[in-house]
Amino acid sequence: MITLQHYLILSAALFSIGLAGLVIRRNLLVIFMSVELMLNAANLVFLAFARYRNSLDGHVAVFFVIAVAAAEAAVGLAIAIAIFRNRGTVQVDELSVMKK
Amino acid sequence: MELLFFYLFGGLAIAAALAVVAFKNPISSAVSLVTCFFAMAALYAMLNAHFLAVIQILVYAGAIMVLFIFVIMLLNLRGDELKERGLHPVTKILTGLSIASFAGILIWIFEPLKYAFPPVPETFGTVKAVGTLLFKDYGFPFEYTSVLLLVALIGGVVLAKREL
Repeated sequence: MITLQHYLILSAALFSIGLAGLVIRRNLLVIFMSVELMLNAANLVFLAFARYRNSLDGHVAVFFVIAVAAAEAAVGLAIAIAIFRNRGTVQVDELSVMKK
Repeated sequence: MELLFFYLFGGLAIAAALAVVAFKNPISSAVSLVTCFFAMAALYAMLNAHFLAVIQILVYAGAIMVLFIFVIMLLNLRGDELKERGLHPVTKILTGLSIASFAGILIWIFEPLKYAFPPVPETFGTVKAVGTLLFKDYGFPFEYTSVLLLVALIGGVVLAKREL
């Protein structure tokens, strides 16, 4: 039988995989995709608890998380395009102009 | 039966997530992420969140990932990706181990939460129920999200212009 614990552990695993992708990968777009993965893991926790507590507030929270993630993805990708036009690369190792 | 579906879609989601992190080609990562989102939508539907499962497919897999793939193809990252020097392999292994221990701590915290799901009414998670809540109790955030989307739209256009 599926319990709350199943969904929480799955969400923890997805969040950790997203976190690993965020830290290890050097391509800006793959880093963005890892952030989206972490947001989805959080959505799963919201929905699991909404189901457990028989309350639709978790669904509303997920709705807003999806809307904010869409806005953030749009602006983040526009920044990535602007960076690529100026620097010619999206590898974050080479985007260290502010470092001495 | 439900347990079988949970393991099936959960396993697919985790495999797709690992594929996102592991593939060198960013287009392959994006397609794996779309697969992960479809698996997550199936999991949402198992949690009686019908409305949000469909919204997930429409918005996340259908709009955000399409935007990602357009940008990857616009930047034409095929050749550049092979030059991703990346971190030292030892650093990667150490990072992987520390994140795995983080996941282990989370799993250990979630160990005693073996609660079964209570039965919920038929109208749980339908469009009407979530919509009523959105327009009544959460009316102001709902309307303000439209302002957020307007700001993101203007910001996206301004940032991606060639000359201001």
